[in-house]
Amino acid sequence: MISIKNLHASVEGTEILKGINLEVKPGEVHAVMGPNGSGKSTLANILAGREEYEVTEGSVSFLGNDLLEMAPEDRAREGLFLAFQYPVEIPGVSNANFLKTALNAIREHRGEDAMDAMEFLKLVKDRLQLVEMDQKFLQRSVNVSFSGGEKKRNEIFQMAVLEPKLGILDETDSGLDIDALKIVANGVNKLRSPERSFIVVTHYQRLLDYIVPDFVHVLAKGKIIKSGGAELAHYLEENGYDELLNANGKAAA
Amino acid sequence: MNQEKNKNLALCDAFIRDFQSFETQLNGQSTTQFHKERIKAISTFAELGFPTTRDEKWKYTNISSFLKKEFSLAASSKVDKSQIEPFLFDGMQKSRLVFVNGIFSAELSSLDENNGVVAKSLEAAHKENKEVVEKYLAQHLIFSDQPFAALNTAFARDGAFIFVPRNTIAAQPLHLLFISSSDSVPFHSHPRNLIVLAESSELQLVESRHFVGDQEQIYFNNFAAEIIVGANAKLDLVRIQDESKSAFQFSSLQAKVDRDAHFSFTGVDLGGSISRNDTNIEFTGENAGAQLLGFYYANGTQLLDNHTFIDHAVPHCNSDELFKGFMDDQSHGVFNGAVLVRPDAQKTNAFQQNQAILISKDATVDAKPELEIFADDVLCSHGATIGEIQEEHLFYLRSRGIGEEMARAMLHIAFANDIFERIKIESVREKLEDEIIKRFSE
Ligand SMILES: Nc1ncnc2c1ncn2[C@@H]1O[C@H](COP(=O)(O)OP(=O)(O)OP(=O)(O)O)[C@@H](O)[C@H]1O
Ligand SMILES: [Mg+2]
Repeated sequence: MISIKNLHASVEGTEILKGINLEVKPGEVHAVMGPNGSGKSTLANILAGREEYEVTEGSVSFLGNDLLEMAPEDRAREGLFLAFQYPVEIPGVSNANFLKTALNAIREHRGEDAMDAMEFLKLVKDRLQLVEMDQKFLQRSVNVSFSGGEKKRNEIFQMAVLEPKLGILDETDSGLDIDALKIVANGVNKLRSPERSFIVVTHYQRLLDYIVPDFVHVLAKGKIIKSGGAELAHYLEENGYDELLNANGKAAA
Repeated sequence: MNQEKNKNLALCDAFIRDFQSFETQLNGQSTTQFHKERIKAISTFAELGFPTTRDEKWKYTNISSFLKKEFSLAASSKVDKSQIEPFLFDGMQKSRLVFVNGIFSAELSSLDENNGVVAKSLEAAHKENKEVVEKYLAQHLIFSDQPFAALNTAFARDGAFIFVPRNTIAAQPLHLLFISSSDSVPFHSHPRNLIVLAESSELQLVESRHFVGDQEQIYFNNFAAEIIVGANAKLDLVRIQDESKSAFQFSSLQAKVDRDAHFSFTGVDLGGSISRNDTNIEFTGENAGAQLLGFYYANGTQLLDNHTFIDHAVPHCNSDELFKGFMDDQSHGVFNGAVLVRPDAQKTNAFQQNQAILISKDATVDAKPELEIFADDVLCSHGATIGEIQEEHLFYLRSRGIGEEMARAMLHIAFANDIFERIKIESVREKLEDEIIKRFSE
């Protein structure tokens, strides 16, 4: 699905990612955990095509394409989706119009006909249920005056409509209460399939009780310092990052 | 010799000369009370001359390209029904006044549904509604220091006359359509509108200014309007300016809003080589309100200028002003929003915002709020922003598969939405939205 090799990236001259290697196969769920400021969002944003990061070394191949050469919209059209940590508010653009335009751009790319208003409405109604969102959100401006939880659910809702091949969730669980967390996790689980992969970025092990990953990676100071199975998340929950970081520090020294 | 005022220009002389021949064509109208105003106005114009950029109100508005042109007094031009079809609105097909080069066209107009509103050409109203005309015409628009208003008053002959009697609620909107067609020589035209709403009446009005023929045709439209919104009356006016890209359009509007009355004005500026609007609102009674909205989209080398002046002369009035626009290519935008809160005008609320988006690096905007507040118990705010589309917004849309160009267009429309969503007449709003989308995708 995606193959990240020795990825180095910097912002305004400061190196943030210092050689990331990550291989995700179809159907797999990978969790990326790590302390604040370790570079998790940077990684996610680079994959989505944000331009303010400069990739200084390494490569990313997505479904056989050189991902780093592609425009953000082409990445999305090929099946990459990033659920943002902080979704932006866009006054004046309705959620419905936004999603319909996005969906039809993706369909056109796949050589499919544009969806008409009726078909679209049917689809979104179904997907709204998945994240237990009210239909009234469709007419509202994208994320404007949505609560924190509503914004996160809106990201998952968009993902459910656009049906990507790779979903990257950047702290979609942060700040959610347990009920909202279950809704979001349930939405993601329903989208899991042998063809679809996920990279779930999170701070908290709790999410991984609901979205059980195949692999867990610990990202610290721009590097993956440990990888393991779902049990690694439980280990981190009990022991925190410190021990791991210290051990890594010593190893590096 | 007064260099300052551009007095000795050939163009000034030409207008003064034209006035003499204009007078001889007036027939009966030269004996009216109003004709005395015309004579006063032409001598005021001769005294003032055209403004230069040394004039504070014209500081950012260089009209030298206009001053180099020659114009002759407008004559009517042959325009048929099919040519004006694109400019008509659903729901207003039977209540419209059409003017060609400033001259009323009975064939193109239709007043089958007048809703109790008196709507006719000003020329006819001079005879048929003498009392109202004499009471209001040229009584409100001050031209002593305004050369374009003076020139309009001097040449004012035709235009729209609208009178809404007491307690009359017009069920349907009324459409005023000003068509320009300069098939041979560039013309000058000075349409004059007089709009009077008597106590507790209501009217929705759409005024649109278009042209037939090519974008290169040069002409000079110098509009003026006097608007009286009587006590407890409500006027909603949407004005669309889409003149040719080579035209010069100037517009002076003076509105008086009486107690408990409300005036809503939305100005949309799209056309013109130089377009300058002076929009002045004066509150003459307490608890009156005004909403002043503006949208502009300029490209090429267009110069679009909006000067507004809101005079809070009495207490307890509200004014809410929002201008938004896009500047592309090498276009130049000017916004000057003056608000005066006089010493007696306590409990005034005055809000003003101007937001411009520069689509091109070569476009420029000069925006200046001008608040003068002499009362202490007031709530006033103003702001001006000049920006670009937010990269974060653009990225969000693109990250969902929307192409860059489409994403930009969506954000542009969204930016204008604040203005458009407040246009109450659906057919007008939809047409305008389509028009803007069309311009963005050109
Ligand atoms: N646009 C930017 N400009 C400057 N510095 C940046 C930018 N984006 C990220 N950084 C810096 O890069 C480092 C990594 O940030 P990043 O957001 O990737 O961390 P994170 O692991 O997602 O943290 P969190 O858990 O708080 O979300 C931080 O030190 C951050 O301040
Ligand atoms: Mg982050």
